[in-house]
Amino acid sequence: MLTPTICRMEVEAPRLAAAAQPGQFLIVRADEKGERIPLTISDFDVKRGTVTIVTQKIGASSSDIIAYEPGEAFADVVGPLGLPSEFVSMAPEKLSQQRYILIAGGVGTAPVYPQAKWLKEHGVPVDVIIGAKTKDLLIYVEEMRGVCDNLFVCTDDGSEGFHGMGTNMLEHVVSEGHQYTQAVIIGPMIMMKFTTLTCKKLGIPAIVSLNSLMVDGTGMCGACRVSVGGKTRFACVEGPEFDGYEVDFDLAMRRQGQYKAEEAEANEKHVCKIGRGK
Amino acid sequence: MANKIPRVPVREQDPKVRATNFDEVCYGYNKEEALLEASRCLNCKNPRCMTACPVGLQIPRFIAELAVGNIEGAAAVIAEDSSLPAVCGRVCPQETQCEGSCILGVKGEPVAIGKLERFVADYTRMGDAAGSASEPVRDSEYPAIPLEGVQEVKTPSPGAKRVAVIGSGPAGLACASDLAKWGYDVTIFEALHKAGGVLEYGIPEFRLPKDKVLRHEVDAVRELGVKIETNVIVGRTITIDSLMDKEGFQAVFIGTGAGLPKFMNIPGENLCGVFSANEFLTRNNLMKAWREDYLTPIHAGKKVCVVGGGNVAMDAARTALRLGAEVHIVYRRTEAELPARREEVHHAIEEGIIFDMLTNPVEVIGDERGWVKALKCIKMELGEPDESGRRSPVPIEGSEFEIPTETVIMALGTSPNPLISRTTQGLDTNKRGCLVANEEGATTRPGVFAGGDAVTGAATVILAMGAGRTAAKAIDAYLKQ
Repeated sequence: MLTPTICRMEVEAPRLAAAAQPGQFLIVRADEKGERIPLTISDFDVKRGTVTIVTQKIGASSSDIIAYEPGEAFADVVGPLGLPSEFVSMAPEKLSQQRYILIAGGVGTAPVYPQAKWLKEHGVPVDVIIGAKTKDLLIYVEEMRGVCDNLFVCTDDGSEGFHGMGTNMLEHVVSEGHQYTQAVIIGPMIMMKFTTLTCKKLGIPAIVSLNSLMVDGTGMCGACRVSVGGKTRFACVEGPEFDGYEVDFDLAMRRQGQYKAEEAEANEKHVCKIGRGK
Repeated sequence: MANKIPRVPVREQDPKVRATNFDEVCYGYNKEEALLEASRCLNCKNPRCMTACPVGLQIPRFIAELAVGNIEGAAAVIAEDSSLPAVCGRVCPQETQCEGSCILGVKGEPVAIGKLERFVADYTRMGDAAGSASEPVRDSEYPAIPLEGVQEVKTPSPGAKRVAVIGSGPAGLACASDLAKWGYDVTIFEALHKAGGVLEYGIPEFRLPKDKVLRHEVDAVRELGVKIETNVIVGRTITIDSLMDKEGFQAVFIGTGAGLPKFMNIPGENLCGVFSANEFLTRNNLMKAWREDYLTPIHAGKKVCVVGGGNVAMDAARTALRLGAEVHIVYRRTEAELPARREEVHHAIEEGIIFDMLTNPVEVIGDERGWVKALKCIKMELGEPDESGRRSPVPIEGSEFEIPTETVIMALGTSPNPLISRTTQGLDTNKRGCLVANEEGATTRPGVFAGGDAVTGAATVILAMGAGRTAAKAIDAYLKQ
């Protein structure tokens, strides 16, 4: 457990680990009766044949996932899904001119890690902002320090690092003279919306990673459809990363909450398996 | 005189009762009924029914065995050509194929070939219980990966050539079965967590019971020695190139179907409460949202409009009805043009689905919270016949009106998934996104074959099976070169 509600797991899935790239996600199903849950990949190790996922307790199905102990197996793990981050296929001469700022919010810090790692390994200048509500919800701070040039930590309540939100931190960092050609923002939808607005103000292009609702993750159901530049796109196969300037965040947020009523009902009925003694 | 006996009616669940449950609608024949119906077959010298069957099932031969009470013999005849008889007997459009060609149908009612095929399969599986009011399957669980329920598994001989089959739907299962029977070492790769493709995620429980019928037929394919690996997405987890270059597969069959939903591109289509039929059905079928003990959420509400007139539209409508909604089918032509199977339309009407014909949606209207509140439609009239021979619907100007509804389900057809064609060198597609393949199923890349909806666009289970079998022959010929 990284925090009382956020959990990190290393999952054995050799084929998936060999194919995974930064920016991609996977789908797990805890057991026969659980949902298919999309989770971003926070690390992958081809040699060990494993992928790392980080998940936060939200609904009944995700609390079942957190209840797993080392050595247990999920019913299903499938991936990698979605397109890799843009920089993975960028021409080297273009890549060498980039200066990245990766802005992570809460549990979104985990998928930022493999992106920073990839950029660092490829010699691309990369700074990272990690923001969280409070000190106890900060994750991956030490790991991240090793894979970026400058790490900036902020908390909404000031309990650690800079006192303020990711948007304030970004403005502060830029005002101190740091310059960036590209921002990547990963976190809750509302955080991505406002951080994109700040990027716009500062003239930094912004890519966001949309964690839409999904069933299959292969383009079959269309639950993940989002509006980007006025066009309907499927986050699962055409994303999850899109140009933040073009994303209709208000629509995305409404669509994300589509099953809230049903989920609240399920949570009430659900017998939590945490601490089930196995 | 054999043909003086009227077609034996099949017993079904009462429409009022079945509208509230997910148990199978049709009970099927029992032994007595099946033997009587089988006696109606004239055993024609030139069986038109057989020619009309996409897999060339030897229909008069199996019915002749059945008529004399040799059910095992009938099953053996069917098994020569089909690995999914319990499925086909339930979901084939018999009225346009075998039964549509039956000579008895000229003056009277054709032989109930579909129901007889189903009986043979059901009897083989469950003996005298076949045709009895089905016991609802509630708590049985079927793990996706272990070979539970599989009796003896034949193993391919060492050194057998290896074939990868992508997709475990009807095309893939049919292709894999034939190849395994001929001694090839076959592995099916399935993207979802359960095998069956559209049979698992698309067709509802009340039409095709999953644990009772489908699992059994998939297991029968595994008993032939076919390995099924679930949770492998070809085009993401692995590629065709890696299968052939690194994993030692000498040929590949692509039976990935047509899984991408179409939308109308009308305003309001991304409002909350607008779903693709694929999403709605997958949640309910594969993810079993209808069962209390599963965590999958589903939203139907009190009133649902399903847009479209095919089998998928009927399935979505009848599913929503069973979840407690008042359901309207909104279709732009008339009832006569509905592309769905006759039996499905008939069942839907019996169950109380409301058909709003000559009606075409133009906009989805939302409330202040971003949820659907009404479907704005325009009235249509039939004009001149189009290239398909059907009279094309033309909007009647100024006839817009609103149907208040909580949910809109788009069942407008599907197209093939581009995941594989985009990640495989040398694989051509046409402008509709379908894989280009010749009559034998050979694609533009040597050693790679394809068939079913991935090639034709959305069609039927049985056409996909036929294409799978055709490609199996071509793969056999290719590997013997």
